[in-house]
Amino acid sequence: MNKILDQKSLDRLESEIAAWEANEVAAFLKKQAERREQFFTIGDIPLKRVYTAADVAGTPIEDIGLPGRYPFTRGPYPTMYRSRFWTMRQIAGFGTGEDTNKRFKFLIAQGQTGLSTDFDMPTLMGYDSDHPMSEGEVGREGVAIDTLADMEALFDGIDLENISVSMTINPSAWILLAMYVALAQKRGLDLNKLSGTIQADILKEYMAQKEYCYPIAPSVRIVRDAITYCAEHMKRYNPINISGYHISEAGSSPLQEVAFTLANGIVYVEEALKTGMDVDKFAPRLAFYFVAQGDFFEEIAKFRAARRCWAKIMKNRFGAKNQDSMRLRFHCQTAAATLTKPQHQINIVRTALQALSAVLGGCQSLHTNGYDEAFAIPTEDAMRMALRTQQIIAEETNVTNVVDPLGGSYLVESLTDEYEKRIFEILDYVDAHGGTIKLIEEGWFQKQIADFAYETALRKQNGEKSVIGVNKFVMRDEEAGIETHPYDPTTAERQIARTRRVRATRDNAKVNALLEELVAVAKDERANIMPITIALVANGATMGDIIEKLKGLWGSYRETPVF
Amino acid sequence: MNSPIRVLLAKVGLDGHDRGVKVVARALRDAGMDVIYSGLHRTPDEVVTAAIQEDVDVLGVSLLSGVQMTVFPKILDQLKKQGADDMIVVAGGVMPDEDVAALKQMGVKEVMLQDTPPQAIIDTLKKLVAERGPR
Repeated sequence: MNKILDQKSLDRLESEIAAWEANEVAAFLKKQAERREQFFTIGDIPLKRVYTAADVAGTPIEDIGLPGRYPFTRGPYPTMYRSRFWTMRQIAGFGTGEDTNKRFKFLIAQGQTGLSTDFDMPTLMGYDSDHPMSEGEVGREGVAIDTLADMEALFDGIDLENISVSMTINPSAWILLAMYVALAQKRGLDLNKLSGTIQADILKEYMAQKEYCYPIAPSVRIVRDAITYCAEHMKRYNPINISGYHISEAGSSPLQEVAFTLANGIVYVEEALKTGMDVDKFAPRLAFYFVAQGDFFEEIAKFRAARRCWAKIMKNRFGAKNQDSMRLRFHCQTAAATLTKPQHQINIVRTALQALSAVLGGCQSLHTNGYDEAFAIPTEDAMRMALRTQQIIAEETNVTNVVDPLGGSYLVESLTDEYEKRIFEILDYVDAHGGTIKLIEEGWFQKQIADFAYETALRKQNGEKSVIGVNKFVMRDEEAGIETHPYDPTTAERQIARTRRVRATRDNAKVNALLEELVAVAKDERANIMPITIALVANGATMGDIIEKLKGLWGSYRETPVF
Repeated sequence: MNSPIRVLLAKVGLDGHDRGVKVVARALRDAGMDVIYSGLHRTPDEVVTAAIQEDVDVLGVSLLSGVQMTVFPKILDQLKKQGADDMIVVAGGVMPDEDVAALKQMGVKEVMLQDTPPQAIIDTLKKLVAERGPR
């Protein structure tokens, strides 16, 4: 194992550091104390006054490595942003398919390079727009999709072979994927040319975001089916986005975010392997999604450590041979929970700094939040500003001209090592206590997240954690003076009219026969649920038809809350 | 000795954001209140029934999904029908200023948005219960 320093140089450096502390530091501290007794990252990792080569003396040089080479600490690709910037992918969704289609076209016109779709709560939870639980929620926080006709409106005039499309949806994800496939087939497109991502990470839903329909076992089986279906039929498509973002937003530490996400990733790999498929056939398309939080260097180290850990897991735990199986690629979003209502314009600055950490951490695509998202979903103006923020980082700062410019920073390398160590400690704990699914059922992850969320709330309250505009530099009598995104009250009516039209014009006998076939497929553990679902949506079945039918077989999930 | 303030915290509709409500539940519990949390995805009727059965002083509803103007009228109306309109109803979450004003107009006693310090929530509930007086 090659080391950065030989023993002789290390000894000399350490004695120099001891002398510096005894002389310069001690003398200075006598004159002026430091701002705090101890310094920590947001994730509670203790920080030293300064980092030197001594802090990375034990790091194998090959663990730092080179970009595009195992273990990918320095980036998944050898040239990174020197070849191509990350995909600038602002999420959008509200109203009906037509409404969001207009926003998509606006964003493309502003220079956005990928699409990302936000769905309304009923769609996310698998209810049709005219279900009683959907009242008041149709098209409010995302776009409403019930049928293939809605998808046609959503992507009208958009060339799906030439732009990648991400869909943020989970328990009902496989139905949306089926609609996407059915839409592509209807347009005569080549499925192997479609690129994009469907989130479909159900495990983090039970942990954090809390969008679920069915109990855990059948939900994970559905994810497995989407992964293996895509491996066979959609070579460029990411069938899952294993997500830490929501774990973080639910209150976890950055360390928990990454460790829990990798724990979930391990389950999906294990499930897909059970079908007999070779790991290198599906693992290259597993994608990840992390938040860019407030602690600048910790975040960069987090991204680098995530890549290194996943590479080692895939190689050592699962015996992957293909480099692509070990190469962690991730989408990133700035942290919505850090946005403040007071002095809302300063959210632009927060978002810019978080976005910079995502870029220095080597993200593959990025969403920057709108400055108005502590009020409502973003306006066009807020989204343009957020996109311009990315464009400035890409085009004006020159940070993109060198791959992993912070590689070799004593602090960043040291934090990366610390993250790796702590991530594997958490994964070992999970393995030793019965695995991820068992610990979800016991509420262990949920409790860890709730504990850190509570700590954070108390730290904000006592001022230990500064939030400008909220507990520091507060402006009295502040007028918000902000125009927020309006909700169109005709949305539900317009949406429900189309869903009813589809139901009235489809061949109901055919849909019913297909729904019975769906149940038969669902009962057969070894069968893949994707083909029958594609047939259903192509024949006018609604999302609610499919979800409700399977609730009859699988039942619903209800959590026992822990706090 | 005064009996502790009883609070039902609830999530209504399809909204899964439970970070805030769980922080509030813990803060109120640590402050000595009796706290019941409904769990996710409840209907207005379920919440009102539970609040009456549990005989709570305060019903707190957390919403980050924008459906406040659909949910609160139903809750207030149902409380009235059940003869329990002396129950203190408060709201929490993310919502625009004009909705905050409208909710207060219709009888929601306080709306506490994101970043409200836990101690401020505790103080507000104590004050509202003291103002109401003994039942």
